[in-house]
Amino acid sequence: MGKAWRKQVGIIDWIMWGIGAGVLALILFGSVVTLKAGIYSGRHWLDFLIFGLAQGSIYALIAMGYTMVYGVLRMINFAHGEVFMSGPYTAYFLAASFYRSGFLEAHPAWSLILIFLLSVGVSAGIAFLLERIAYRPLREAPRLIPLITAIGASFFLQYVFRGLYGSGFQAYPVIKALEGHWSLFHLPILKFQVMVIFSAAFLLAVLYSFIQKSRLGKAIRAVSEDREAASLMAVDVDRMISLTFVVGGAAAGAAGVLYALMFKQVHFFMGFMPGIKAFTAAVLGGIGNIPGAMLGGIFLGLIESVGPSLFLDGLGIPAPYQLKDAIAFTLLVLVLIFRPTGILGERLAVKKA
Amino acid sequence: MKREMQKDSPLYPAVGVQTGLIGGVLAVLLGLIGMVETFHQRYIVEELLSMGQALLGMTFILLCYLAARHSPTIKSALVRGILCGLIMACSLWTLVLLGEQINLRAMFINASPQLFEILTFHRGTGKGGLILAAAGGLFGLFCGLLSFSSPGLRRMVFTALGVVVSAGVLQDLIRPTLSAWPGLEGWSERLFAANGLRPSGAVVLFVLTACSSLFGSWKGKAIQNRFQRLSPERRRLVHYGGVSAAFVLILFLPWILGLFFSEVLTIVGLYVLLGLGLNIVVGFAGLLDLGYVAFFAIGAYVTALLTSPELGFFHFSFWSALPFAVGLGIIAGVLLGIPVLNMRGDYLAIATLGFGEIIRILVLSDFLRPWLGGAQGIGRIPKPALGGWELATPQEIYYLILAGCLLAVFLSFRLRNSRLGRAWMAIREDEDVAQALGINLVTTKLLAFATGAGLSALSGAIFAAKLGSVYPHSFNVMISINILCLIIVGGMGSIPGVIVGAAALVGLPELLREFAEYRLLVYGAALLAMMLLKPEGLWPEAVHRRELHAGGKEEE
Repeated sequence: MGKAWRKQVGIIDWIMWGIGAGVLALILFGSVVTLKAGIYSGRHWLDFLIFGLAQGSIYALIAMGYTMVYGVLRMINFAHGEVFMSGPYTAYFLAASFYRSGFLEAHPAWSLILIFLLSVGVSAGIAFLLERIAYRPLREAPRLIPLITAIGASFFLQYVFRGLYGSGFQAYPVIKALEGHWSLFHLPILKFQVMVIFSAAFLLAVLYSFIQKSRLGKAIRAVSEDREAASLMAVDVDRMISLTFVVGGAAAGAAGVLYALMFKQVHFFMGFMPGIKAFTAAVLGGIGNIPGAMLGGIFLGLIESVGPSLFLDGLGIPAPYQLKDAIAFTLLVLVLIFRPTGILGERLAVKKA
Repeated sequence: MKREMQKDSPLYPAVGVQTGLIGGVLAVLLGLIGMVETFHQRYIVEELLSMGQALLGMTFILLCYLAARHSPTIKSALVRGILCGLIMACSLWTLVLLGEQINLRAMFINASPQLFEILTFHRGTGKGGLILAAAGGLFGLFCGLLSFSSPGLRRMVFTALGVVVSAGVLQDLIRPTLSAWPGLEGWSERLFAANGLRPSGAVVLFVLTACSSLFGSWKGKAIQNRFQRLSPERRRLVHYGGVSAAFVLILFLPWILGLFFSEVLTIVGLYVLLGLGLNIVVGFAGLLDLGYVAFFAIGAYVTALLTSPELGFFHFSFWSALPFAVGLGIIAGVLLGIPVLNMRGDYLAIATLGFGEIIRILVLSDFLRPWLGGAQGIGRIPKPALGGWELATPQEIYYLILAGCLLAVFLSFRLRNSRLGRAWMAIREDEDVAQALGINLVTTKLLAFATGAGLSALSGAIFAAKLGSVYPHSFNVMISINILCLIIVGGMGSIPGVIVGAAALVGLPELLREFAEYRLLVYGAALLAMMLLKPEGLWPEAVHRRELHAGGKEEE
């Protein structure tokens, strides 16, 4: 898409900039009115911020998988949301059985660690199998075909889980150690939110250093840079692609466990929305760009929790929280229109087909 | 190198073991997700073979055949096939044993005693296990032999088996159809019992199809040649004769099949209409639109708003609301098309998905409730009337839908070979090259979006009138996925493919109510299987088939 394209669609460009300016003006107007009216106190805003941060760090973890897979294969792994969903399901069954045997009460830390590791393992395994069975045979196929395969895989996994475990919501057992508040500067903060934020931050740091520093991480980056050159440099491309799926799947599984800690229930359809949101986060940060995905996730989480009250209340829209998904999608569409390379810029923009 | 040689050594059984393990996992999964038990309620052959058993049997046959295929000698084919069958049977038996020792139900809700009963043929774990193993071995033996038979024989067996199973599955459809013809009531009685085929009926059907398949492979070529040698005029005559016969059949279909099947037909028809619209966007122009349901919703909601007395803004009749619904659909298509003009492939898919969801969330919200009814939707939409005749029953609505479908088919056929259609296909193949050849990407893409959206809105308008009410929940992203699925299964870009896909993916689940729960599972599996095994679809478009089987693999 060079300059010729821009010239050709001049009028359409104007329309789109008009839409953008309109949206921006609405947002500004809404925020000013909300802030002036003073509907929410500082406490509220802090709650929104912490919740947004927790949610955003979960999105960031899921977004890592999207961005890494897009880096190596140039495809959107639509089924990533289901890989995410498999984590909390495993965690649920483990937690329930630990709860029944009393292990959870006796050793909360050990059982949490065990739950976490096993769930992450299951998610990574599903991601690995997904790549092996569904995507590997189609690596050279025209672009639309792996995408449709991914959509198929996504629904297949969802409904296999539904068939195996039933279609209802399953509630998590209460983990006593994570109930209650901590106070920070005399302000109460929910324990599990702090726990989610810190574990997500830790995992993101581990992941980041794995990708930037370790040999395997370098090999993955080499494959996403140029697959053929990497294979000439004795990088086993197939294995690196598998590894990418495993690492991405593990991150998604971890995110799933944290998500379940926050929302305390599992459902076979729970992967769909966070999946799309995390994809939005990946696009926001510039797809293929790993720090970008982290920042994008956190940004999206914050916007989603602060946005409805900040932007929409002032416009006099009733029950603005119902529209939080619409805010995320609008953000996605706006980013795709105006800055498809994302906030930090897409490292792979040049080679995008 | 060494591994290759081992694989080709005549008795090397690894293929059998490997396929058997995969098949075992698959069979256990089929049991655990509850498909076997749910399908066990319906019989294919009365009291002998239930649909659940047939499902497992088909899995056995498929995998044993895959294991035995490409064997160097008949001995290795037999070994591989039998090994595969035995391993699959053993995995199922292990499931039964496990289920008896520990309470699997705490985790897998479908691991019920009934399932184990079915798997052991109601004979207890020990005896049932032996029968199961014997059945697995027999399946393996059968497939091993089959893989070494002549292609004609193989086709005969598979066709005959397929026809018997489909006759059993579609019994509720076939029985009233047969009884509708004066001479054929006796046949229906002879073939079918209350639940499933009679054993004698199944044998008769098997032999009949086997014979006709044999005749086909013996004389088929000759008949085809004879037809090729006919003069062009006479060939055209035969062609038109076939088409008009099919048309007459379609015209009287609801009266032959009765009320319930007419309802199914109207649903299939609406999906055909939607599918033909999406086929233009995805199949012709290659723009993967996952927010397609938005236009369906717009068509339905505009009709509801203009005609329903519930909100009371307007009091149009259905016919005067229809142009507005379609027109607004087209406008929405263009408006939503503009922002996504320079996106491709996956970005386009996600952006359109986002649009579709935005529209659904907005309709659902309290914010627009005074105008669109919120979660309660809009009710009391009047039925369309022609003169004094109100199209109220499914049998009457059918004609409205049929008219819409015919219009869509006509449009699709005319557009496909027009200048515009060629431009769409050029864009589908390569956008940059298309632009370099002087195709105006903006107008061409927008026309694709607009045409698709128009057909979708038309479908939505008919849907609203048919149902009498609209709810935001009818317009979720699943509908877009269903439609995408049916055009992919039918064959992207193929017009008859859409109809075949809609009949298979929408009609079949409506006929088999037990199936409804597994509908989306099967859709997902169908998408996967189609893409991996037969990406051109069941009824492929000629160009697409050539392209996918052009020998060399395509580069991006």
